[in-house]
Amino acid sequence: MKILVCISNVPDTTSKINFTGDNKNFDKNGVQYVINPWDEYALTRAIELKEAKGGSVTVLNVGEADAEPNIRKALAIGADDAIRVNAHPKDAYFVAQQITAVAKEGGYDMILMGKESIDYNGFQVHNMVGEMMGIPSVTPAFKLDMVDDSTARLEREIEGGKEVVEVKLPFVASAQQPMCEPRIPNMRGIMTARTKPLKVVEPTGAEAKSEYVNYSKPEKKSGVKMIDAENAGEVIKLLRNEAKVL
Amino acid sequence: MSVLVFVEGLNGEIKKSSLEAATYGSQVAQAMGTSATAVAIGDVNEDALSRLGEQGISKVLYDADDRLKQFVADAYVKVIAKAAQQENAKVLVFSNSNIGAAVGSKLAVRLNGSLATNVTELPKIDGGNFTVTRGVFSGKAFADVNLTSDVKIIAVKKNSTDIISNAGSTATVEKLSADLADADFASAPKETVMQDTSGGVLLQEAEIVVSGGRGMKGPENWHLIEELAKELGAATACSKPVSDIGWRPHHEHVGQTGITVSPNLYIAAGISGAIQHLAGVNSSKVIVVINKDPEAPFFKAADYGIVGDALEVLPKLIEAAKALDK
Ligand SMILES: Cc1cc2nc3c(=O)[nH]c(=O)nc-3n(C[C@H](O)[C@H](O)[C@H](O)COP(=O)(O)OP(=O)(O)OC[C@H]3O[C@@H](n4cnc5c(N)ncnc54)[C@H](O)[C@@H]3O)c2cc1C
Repeated sequence: MKILVCISNVPDTTSKINFTGDNKNFDKNGVQYVINPWDEYALTRAIELKEAKGGSVTVLNVGEADAEPNIRKALAIGADDAIRVNAHPKDAYFVAQQITAVAKEGGYDMILMGKESIDYNGFQVHNMVGEMMGIPSVTPAFKLDMVDDSTARLEREIEGGKEVVEVKLPFVASAQQPMCEPRIPNMRGIMTARTKPLKVVEPTGAEAKSEYVNYSKPEKKSGVKMIDAENAGEVIKLLRNEAKVL
Repeated sequence: MSVLVFVEGLNGEIKKSSLEAATYGSQVAQAMGTSATAVAIGDVNEDALSRLGEQGISKVLYDADDRLKQFVADAYVKVIAKAAQQENAKVLVFSNSNIGAAVGSKLAVRLNGSLATNVTELPKIDGGNFTVTRGVFSGKAFADVNLTSDVKIIAVKKNSTDIISNAGSTATVEKLSADLADADFASAPKETVMQDTSGGVLLQEAEIVVSGGRGMKGPENWHLIEELAKELGAATACSKPVSDIGWRPHHEHVGQTGITVSPNLYIAAGISGAIQHLAGVNSSKVIVVINKDPEAPFFKAADYGIVGDALEVLPKLIEAAKALDK
């Protein structure tokens, strides 16, 4: 089974978010980058399936060279090889086009990724790739198992419940917790990752369909009003009469 | 040219998030000098559909095909694409739900449109520019995005639009058929399992959320969270470690790697307020924090704070909530 896992390179969850150049650009200064946490579920589950059924796991990143440390990290966790499409990921549509181009050429049985990236929170790419390739996309999935060699069984979240879906290979799915326990690299993995192949390819000529023009930050809270624990019930009255939310 | 809104039904009624999308769509239509049509699929009765007039919708297209009662992406896409073509829709509006965003993404490819999800404000339309504001960096920032294609698709963040209700206005309801074939249902779910919503309130749609963290000490104390939620008509939620240890189900986990909520009121008991937790709740309008540690980071993000043992404080809140006239 050939599995393609798409990962994005995102600011660590504890990052302070700032902008430069008149709020036109994200300020990378002092920001640590990590593999998008949702993608870690996709990656680990792919490796588990490979271990159980055989096959290979290829990681794919659409991004610039500064993503390579995290691509190596994915190799250290257990992917076999990697592809980087050398382009700034302009928007979801652009990224989906790049993934589709790589996926068509590679002939994968399964294309997995996280449900969204924690920087642009799009929740778009997986469904776009499914549509572009004309294959099912099951998102967001929190369970993924093989029924037989050509059929997978997934459980996906819908508001207020879940759906159990069976699809034939090939398909696209996006992952979320609790699909698996994301793995961290071990020493042996880190050593072998250095020599695993990482291929850099140039993007297809796809256009973006949206343009990020400006950023802003939410207004700061005006400060917290403390209520004595002995009279904690007071807060309920304040919520009704002052905040007017009850 | 028109604005097309996709509305989702549940048990015959229209979901609150879809009433928000309908409001948003009719406001966009007004700004563009055109009318808003809704397309409805699935489990919703005609009476509820005609009441969409209250949100400013003039016409509703309804595909009553029984097979559409459950969500099947390919079939939904076909029906909405048909409606978009029939109405010559240039702007399509969805709720940013798992269903709305999925269908919106596929339609962006099929209609060659620009898509923005997680949108928090009405568009600014200025000459040739059509700009929306969307939440990015997990609630830590907003971005203004120009949608550059002819067709624009917008998925509106839940609870970011105040629903308008012009009592008495009705929409006309027309049948729509997209001539669906069996092949369109190839990826239909084997089984759909809805959660036990005995509390009655769905977390993603809730206006009030009562949430517990590790400071609640154990599942045996959750009756306090549930009781307060019941008194306030709220949904219940929890922090990540609480669902990881199995005190609560995973679908209650809010935060950066869980569900994002933006209710009018979020009450957090025994939650430290780690940055990853805040990412999922910081767009709540009012936040109440109960924590025994006065240095807990959550107080910095709170509107009201109580320093104390949650197991002693919550009963006082329940008592006060019972005393409110409803
Ligand atoms: C990549 C990543 C993603 C993450 N995603 C999420 C996420 O989506 N959601 C999430 O919630 N977390 C997430 N986390 C975890 C997050 O960092 C915190 O560890 C977690 O939110 C802490 O949960 P907690 O506040 O319930 O527990 P703790 O950190 O253990 O805090 C318990 C709090 O309860 C207080 N307390 C103890 N006893 C009492 C009492 N009797 N009465 C009142 N207060 C009491 C303590 O003072 C403390 O503040 C993520 C972490 C990482 C690294």
